[in-house]
Parts: sequence; C-alpha cells; structure tokens
Amino acid sequence: MPSYRLTPQRSLPDWPGYLAARAGETSRPELARYFAAGCPPPEIPIGEVPLVALDMETTGLDARRHDIVSIGLVPFTLGRIHWAERRYWLVRPTRPLSSESITFHHITHSEIAEAPDLAVVLPDLLEAMAGRLAVVHFRHIERPFLDEGAQSRLGEGLRFPVIDTMSLEALRHRLSLWARFRRWMRRPPVSIRLGDSRARYGLPAYQGHHALLDALATAELFQAQIATHYRPEVPVGELWS
Amino acid sequence: MEVELREIRQHMSRFPPFESLSDDLLDELAGQVAVGYFKAGSDILVLEQELHELCYIRSGAVEVYRRNGDLYNRLGEGDIFGHFSLLRNHRVRFPARALEDTLIYFIPEPLFHRLCEADEHFADFVELGRPRMEAAVEQHKQANDMMITRVRKLLTRYPVMIVATTTVQEAARQIGDAQASAALVLDSPDDNPRYTFTDSEDRPWMVRGILTDSDFRTRVVAEGLPPDTPVGELLGERLITIQSDESVHEAMLCMLRNNIHHLPVLHRRRPVGIVHLSDIIRYETHSSLYLVSNIFNQSSAEGLAKLAPDVRAAFVRMVEEGANSQMVGSALSTIGRSFTRRLLELAEEELGPPPVPYCFMVNGSMARNEQSIVTDQDHALVLSDTFDAKRHDAYFLALAQRVSDGLDACGYTYCKGDVMATNAKWRQPLSVWKRYFSDWIDNPTPERLLHSSIFFDLDSSFGEEAYVEQLQDLVAQKAPDSPLFLAAMARNALNRTPPLGFFRTFVMEKDGKQNNSINLKRRGTAPMVDLIRVHALACGSQAQNSFERLDAIGNTQLLAPGAGEKLRYALELIAMARIRHQVIDIQQDRVPDNNIEPENVEDSERHNLKDAFQVLSNAQKFLKYRYPIPARTGRSR
Repeated sequence: MPSYRLTPQRSLPDWPGYLAARAGETSRPELARYFAAGCPPPEIPIGEVPLVALDMETTGLDARRHDIVSIGLVPFTLGRIHWAERRYWLVRPTRPLSSESITFHHITHSEIAEAPDLAVVLPDLLEAMAGRLAVVHFRHIERPFLDEGAQSRLGEGLRFPVIDTMSLEALRHRLSLWARFRRWMRRPPVSIRLGDSRARYGLPAYQGHHALLDALATAELFQAQIATHYRPEVPVGELWS
Repeated sequence: MEVELREIRQHMSRFPPFESLSDDLLDELAGQVAVGYFKAGSDILVLEQELHELCYIRSGAVEVYRRNGDLYNRLGEGDIFGHFSLLRNHRVRFPARALEDTLIYFIPEPLFHRLCEADEHFADFVELGRPRMEAAVEQHKQANDMMITRVRKLLTRYPVMIVATTTVQEAARQIGDAQASAALVLDSPDDNPRYTFTDSEDRPWMVRGILTDSDFRTRVVAEGLPPDTPVGELLGERLITIQSDESVHEAMLCMLRNNIHHLPVLHRRRPVGIVHLSDIIRYETHSSLYLVSNIFNQSSAEGLAKLAPDVRAAFVRMVEEGANSQMVGSALSTIGRSFTRRLLELAEEELGPPPVPYCFMVNGSMARNEQSIVTDQDHALVLSDTFDAKRHDAYFLALAQRVSDGLDACGYTYCKGDVMATNAKWRQPLSVWKRYFSDWIDNPTPERLLHSSIFFDLDSSFGEEAYVEQLQDLVAQKAPDSPLFLAAMARNALNRTPPLGFFRTFVMEKDGKQNNSINLKRRGTAPMVDLIRVHALACGSQAQNSFERLDAIGNTQLLAPGAGEKLRYALELIAMARIRHQVIDIQQDRVPDNNIEPENVEDSERHNLKDAFQVLSNAQKFLKYRYPIPARTGRSR
C-alpha cells in the first residue's frame, strides 16, 4: 500500500479538542479560564453561537515586528449586535511609534504614551472573548498579534478559532468560477476590503477608522453574509478556520 | 464624545424625533443601540411577538402592515417603528418586513421611556405619531387607482389610421380588418400645429378627426352616401382628445362632459390609441358612470326611485376600491344632481315650459360636492326678475313639489329645516335673493347666520346658471369686507366641537364624560366644513368644495404655514371614517347613519381620528382669535 494520503486543502484543527487540551495544560489562570470556556462543537448551527467581532489597529502587518495600538470588540449573535456591551482598549506599543509611517486620526501620541501595556489588558480581553467565537475581517492580523502578545507577556501562545468575513467574501469573489472568468478577462478583481464588501450588501459606509467601529462593521457584514449566502442552520465548523 | 459613537449619533441626529434631543441624550442613545441586519423580504417584527425595543431604520426600507395584511406604511432611512407597541402592551400589532436589505438600530425600552420623560418633543412624536395622520391619507391616495392610473394603461394597441381621401368603403374594410370600432382620419398638415405629428417614416400628418362605427350608421347608411365618398367629408367639426398621461378618471369625465364614446389618446401630438367608454367601465367596475346614464334614461319619478339601491351599491364599490372622500363626495353629488335634473326635466314635460327663466339652486353638501350616502335635500329656486308671483308662482310651486317629492322617494329625505324650493321664502326672484344675502351679511342674527351657513354653499344644478353665479359673486365680494359678519360666522362655527378621542368602548369628551357613540358629521365633518367656510368667505373665494376652499385659503396669509394642510388631512380622515362606517352599515343590512361606535373603530383609526379631532379643536380655537368682533361701527348696531 502506498504510504501517502490525500491531504485536504486546508487541515482544520479540532478546535474544541484543542481548547480543552490547552485548558488542562496551561499554567496561567487567565488563559485557563479562556480555554475552559471552550468553543461550540463544529456541527452547532451558526445561529446559536455567541459571537464576538474583533478588530485591532497595529503599527504594521508583521506580528513579530509590529505592535497592537488599540483593540475593539463587540459581542453579537446572528440576530443582534450588542453594541452597548462593546469593549475598547488602548495599548502602549513596546517599540516607539514612527510618526510618519502611522497616523491614527483619533488617537494622540500622548494617549498612547499613557496607555497600559498589553499585559494589563490581556486578562480583561480574554474574559470578554471567553465563550464567544471571534469574527474578524482578515484573519492574519488579530490572531497572530494576540498569539505573539500572549507568548511574550504570558509565556504561552494563544490560538483560537475565528470566522473571517474577508475569506467568506473571497470565496465568492476571488475563488469562484465567475472570479476566474473575470481574471481571465483581465478585469480587475472585486475588492474584498471591509467597506467595499459592505456596500455589496447595502450596508452604509462608515466614516473613519476605529477598532470599535470596524468591529461593528465586521459584525454587520457577517450578519449580511449569512442572511444572503447561508442559513442560520449552517454548522459553525463550515465557517471557522 | 467618544469617537466610535459619532457615526451612529450623527445619523440619528438628522431625523425626528431624535434631532431635537440634547447632546447628552444623543450620546447615551448612540451608545445603547443594538444592531441587526435584515435581508430584503425577511420579517423584522411578526404579529403578536413581544417587543421591548424601538426600531430605527439606519439604512434600507421597511413595510409595516395592518393585522389583516394590508399595507399600513412604508418607511425609509431615519424612520422609527414599534413605538405603538412599546407604549401599549408590548405586543406587535403592526408587523414589519424588510422591503430592501435593511440595517436596524434597536433602542432598548428603558432608554425609550427615559427619552419620553426627558424630552417633550420626543414624547409628542411617538405618542401622537405626528406624521401618522398624513401617512394614512397619503397611503389612501396611493391605493386609489382611478385617480393615478394613466389613461395610456388602458390602451392595448395603436389606433387604426386612414387618410382623409380614403373612400368610406375602403375605410370600413380597414376598420373591420383590424377588428376595431373606430379609426383616426389623417390629412396633410395645415397651419394649425395642434394635431400635427410625423410618422415613423418622417412624413408630417395632421389628425383631422375620428371615424366611428356609429358614423357609418348615422352618416353613410342613413343618409345614403355613395361608397366612394371620401371619409374626410364625414368628420365633425370638433376633435376631442386626451393626453396619454392624464388619469383614467379624467378620461371618464371628458367622455361624460362631451357625451362621446371614443376618445383618441395622444402622446404630445402623436396619436397612441383610442379609448372606448367600455374600456373605462371595464376598468372602473364601480360604474357610477352607468348609474348616471341610467338616471337620464328613466321616464318617470317612480323609475328614478327604483335606482336608490344602485346608488348605495355604487357607493360601497367605490369605497371598497379605495376612492378618497373627495371622489366619493363628487360622485354622489353628481348622482344627486342628475336625479334633480332628471326630475326637473320630467316635471317640465308634465307642466309645460316655465313661464319665466329660473335656476334650480342646490345648497349644502350637494353644492360643495361633498354629498354622502346619508343626506337630505337642500335647494331653492332663483327666478328671473320678471317673475310675478300671482301669475307664475303656482307653476314653480308645482315644479318644486315634484322635485322635492321625487328626491325624497329616491332617498334624499325632506329637509327638516325646510330649506327647499317648496318653501315660498326660498322661491324668489334673483333681486330678492340678492337682498337676502346682503341683509344676512350686513346684519347677522342667529337665524340669519344659520341661513348663511346653508345658503352660502350654493351652486346651480339646472337652468340659468348665471343667476347663481351672480349670487356667488355677491358673497365673494361682500363677505371679506364685513368683519362683523365674519366674526359672527366664526362664533357660529364653534357651536359644534369634536370629542377628545376614544377610551376603551367610549367616546371621551373633553370634560371627561363618556358616550357610547359619536355622530361624525355633527362632531367632525360639519364643524370642519363650517370652519373652512369662514376662512373661505374671508378670502373672497368662489370655491364651494371644502378642499378647493382650502386651496384658495392656502394662497392667502389667513392661516399659518402648514395649517391648511393639516386641516385637509384631518377633514379627509374624518370624512373617510364616516364613509367607511356607512359602508359597514350597508354591508350589515343596517340603515346607514353618521354615527360610529368606538368598539367598531380599529386602533389605528382611533389614533388617526384623535389626531384629526385635535387639529379641528385647535383650528376652532384659532378661529375666534382670527376673526375678533370689531369695535362697534355705525352699521353694525
């Protein structure tokens, strides 16, 4: 018998198992509480899952070289976005800000200078995220930066399942037959940025960037995507990664 | 202000009732909303669901329905819904569905109540639902097909068009081949550009006239014209046409006015079709049109009396098909005038021609074109000044008696106040009428004011229209310059007041008393009409219809901006409530009357009526202040 197997395109971790295992292993109480809250089994319908939209602003795209500046989150479900329960933290970067490369219109440098280190923020953040499945737009920011942050502050990595609204959008507009046809026709690819994606669902354009407003925008986009392309009964395991 | 709230806050602050909230309340509001996305076609609120949030439309559009599934309102960005339920039993009574992809902000109930307490304007808005009254009328207007449907919708094909030199034989063949019943006759254009157009091959033409089936019968066959007669020789003088974007209603009136059955329809100057009367009747199934022509076909007063059930049936159908109060009022008045006119024609046939010219004047609701199905007769005779009572009055008394008895038999009961041409006082030459009117204006007494309020709604229904026009002129010229008369009329208009509204199964009076029913005419339409009449007299308007009077008043400074519109909505609402309840009476085999019982009033109608009563009540208060009793002058002693 040949010893190779067909590997799936993308191997998905067994998230409930992983979180349960980490809950047992970790020596940090804040991580233990987070992992113990777990995540739903993959067959649970998305309509029944507590969610949290997460967005952060960073000094750059590389988690190893750049820092988190702000974190916003909004708990929600498919039916309601609980804006009143939003949370927001400013975080002091470990490396000095280069003023020409990054401008945050709503954050002054003095505010950042007075902000706490991520180590102070992490327990609150983990508590707010516990038991809720994270929804982000572009998964290569929030998860790696939090992983890196937990590694450096708590000595242990932090991995967790996320639903990426940008990937859901890419499935429609970058990987579909129609998208390939457009590419073949040398038409520009459809934008899957947050604002452009929202416009396709009739969602209003929000002015300015703010981690909280982007988290709200992401939550609304996800509700719209499910209402348009899926059903509330779709198993959560088909959506997360 | 927190930056992340700016987006929500700025949006909400643009729309009532949030626009007037303090900054602190707005900030709190922007921080407290919950958010939900609804795909077009999905339910936002379902009937009877429990509700603890006010809904605000951030983007998209929402339709709100009545319990029976009828559309109640259509809402857009910045509108709110669900407040009725929050203010009452927390059950959804108006289900809501997303018409477009919609984003809703949900405002939690505790905050909603805090806003009501903290901000009077907000409370008024959600409790009175200020735009609700307008929305209810607006929606009714939309539902009304005949008024908004363009006549072009009735056209199924292009008209048959033939050149004027074509022989009648060839024309008959072409019309027959096309299975049409009429054709337009074209000629090369002359100097009159009115009916010229160019065809698809760029040739210029002029529409000379219309040739119909009946022309072949009455002109060709009956007159024995040879088959090679050019059709151009058959055409009448006048060509009556209608523009394709006119309403079906207008087309119907045009045919009625001109007594024609075919009406060419033009798009600008190009012919696009021919409407036949039967097209309209097929469309307008309530056929008050048929009824009118039926009235004129009756050869006796008994025959006319037999049509009374048809009037009721036409009335019911008209209301069910969504006519507004103005259409119902004008259709019923047209029918009433037709009865009157036919009775006069029959009386003249019997009594012989009148010894002197006369005008049969109608008053009250018929003159205003606001007749309802429950109505009595108000009329008078304005005779030529050559009238000599000794020699002529017997004729006119007999004439009046026949009309009055005939109308009573048709369902228009005798006037309790004896405002009828059978009353010698109201059967007078024009000069006497002028003296009456001048006296009433110059020296108002309670009795004369009562006369003024009846006779100053006046119109001719038959005979010498000029007589009544002279009387209308007199009133319009004299009244505006008679402050004492206006002040007296204004006070007279306050004799009947609206109730406060409804509470459970009672009518709530302003003094807290509760009644089991309310006469919507006495407590609603009549005081409203009285009030509008005073303003119309003050501005010298010749209009008789209350809505037209409001138009005339709107061109003056008599009312504050917007006040006229409110009166219009309020009158329409009260009039329609009265009409709808009369329909219910007829459908349930009861004798229709002007009363409504609160238990038969839908919740939404209650609120609309309450708002309308409020408008009437405020307008009455204003009236006294607007027309004060002038300082004593010589003539007003």
